[in-house]
Amino acid sequence: MTIVDPKAGRPDQADLDKAADRPEDAGQWTAKIRTTAVEALPPQKLLPDRQPAYVASWIYVFGVTTVAALIVVIATGFVLAIFGPNWWHVSSTGLFVNSLHLWSVEVFMFAMVVHLWGKFFMAAWRGKRKATWITGVVSFLVSVGAAFTGYLSQQNFDSQWISTQAKDGINSTGAGAIFNVTNFGQMIMWHIVLLPLCVVALVGLHVLMVRLRGVVTPFAAKNETPGEQPATTSGAEVPA
Amino acid sequence: MSADTHRKPKKFVQDRDAVPWKGRYVPYDLAKEGLIALIVVIILVSGLAVLFGSPDDKPTTVRSWSNADAVGFATTAITELDGTSGTATYGPPYNLNGTTAGKLGPINPAKWLGVHHPIDTANDYVLGPLSTLPNQPQVQAAVDQYKAATPDQQATWNAAYEKAVADAKFVNGKLVVPAGDYGPVATLIAAETSMARSGALDGALLSSRQFYGTDYTKPLLFIADGDYFANLGSAQHLSGDQWGMMNETGQYPGQAWLWLYTLWYQVGPIGNSDNADIMVFAIMIGLTVLLALVPFIPGLRSIPRWTRVYRIIWRNHYREVEGPPSGPDPSGSPPQVEGNAREPVPV
Repeated sequence: MTIVDPKAGRPDQADLDKAADRPEDAGQWTAKIRTTAVEALPPQKLLPDRQPAYVASWIYVFGVTTVAALIVVIATGFVLAIFGPNWWHVSSTGLFVNSLHLWSVEVFMFAMVVHLWGKFFMAAWRGKRKATWITGVVSFLVSVGAAFTGYLSQQNFDSQWISTQAKDGINSTGAGAIFNVTNFGQMIMWHIVLLPLCVVALVGLHVLMVRLRGVVTPFAAKNETPGEQPATTSGAEVPA
Repeated sequence: MSADTHRKPKKFVQDRDAVPWKGRYVPYDLAKEGLIALIVVIILVSGLAVLFGSPDDKPTTVRSWSNADAVGFATTAITELDGTSGTATYGPPYNLNGTTAGKLGPINPAKWLGVHHPIDTANDYVLGPLSTLPNQPQVQAAVDQYKAATPDQQATWNAAYEKAVADAKFVNGKLVVPAGDYGPVATLIAAETSMARSGALDGALLSSRQFYGTDYTKPLLFIADGDYFANLGSAQHLSGDQWGMMNETGQYPGQAWLWLYTLWYQVGPIGNSDNADIMVFAIMIGLTVLLALVPFIPGLRSIPRWTRVYRIIWRNHYREVEGPPSGPDPSGSPPQVEGNAREPVPV
């Protein structure tokens, strides 16, 4: 009986690591992208199992709550999309899924706003984190647009009212020529395709930037000089 | 000698820069906390969905409107025919007859891209749909007579009818208007009202384009021109002076995050202005840009340090670094934060 080695034929991890250093591959785009990405965000940094001791406040919970709520928003939206826009008007199950979708959006937006203001009062843009702040603000704006187009896609009195009221503001900017809030077909495409893609991409980018720069450090304490190392540096245990 | 050696060290600015952390790190399980957050959100959302559900008030149709308020419908229909309705005098992107969307001084962005969703209310809302009615030679003759008349003659008929319709009544399924010289207009509006009440007008407003229609611009704007729709909105606390579209029908939070946008409409000089829409949008665009660029704006970026809310957020850290409020520990060593006393997920 022949015993087959399950690893036979697979490249060894050490060989893969070495591959990045092969001189003949130095100019290869793929190798460069991988090297840059791994250098910027090694696994320990991307998914750390330790955080600075100052990360000890409930305000930090709202970031992950936002992401958790976004997952529920997308999951329930996925179910609504499977059955089509009329389903939830005629099915009690559909109405319940629509209710889950609505309330997950409310939780998502609430958590995101608290997260945003929490980060504002922490001045979380400090230390080369300006881009992280900006992607967060843009994520919020695009999320407002995603929710707004959802309200326009409900095919009920609320959609009618909101679209006929909102058209004046949109038209005043000139955008109404392209973004027609009274066009159901256009709004639902924005709501279930374009804007969710943008929200997920922006939130993903934002989270990667948080991981890249880490969580912003506190302002100097009363017994510290701004710009100097914190007083509690002795016995520092910095993760690898 | 490299250029770096000549570079002057950048001055540390508290509201822009941060010192890299060299202190303690504590363990936390991101995956576990993320899963817990997800479960908590699912439970919370499920509870809210079971308790409160979601609103789904039936949409208003031209049929439901004209059956509930036939005279009101006829009153709106004549304004569509004579070109005095809200839609007829709106301006871009529907037509070139007004500047409803407003302008900021000489700046009128609504006109930049012109008319993209053309609506000729007389033809699209009245004459066109009536022309599609089969086996109604009297109505077709009225349409032809109206189209053949001079603009002055049309205006005279329209003005007379518009004045008379204020005293109109709907009796035994028919619109009764005081006698007068309205030319073919009385026949047109009566036929329009009948068509609306039968539901045929709802279809005619859409089917003029294609079989699979998804663009409700024409019927929506027509419905929104009437008082009936506005009254329904007011009854549901949805009108502009009731914080408008951030609300939903029923007792639901709606789009509460639009509160600042809606707030400006409650400010007298802005809300009462003909240019309110563009003024509010301009203010919100300005505030949004400020929010996004806070990190770059001296003074604005100092607000967090001035307000000292961060002292509450990082109170454990400051207690550890500065010692208890009563004074430093005589031993000189900083008090230790409990090993894993943190609750957060830092995303």
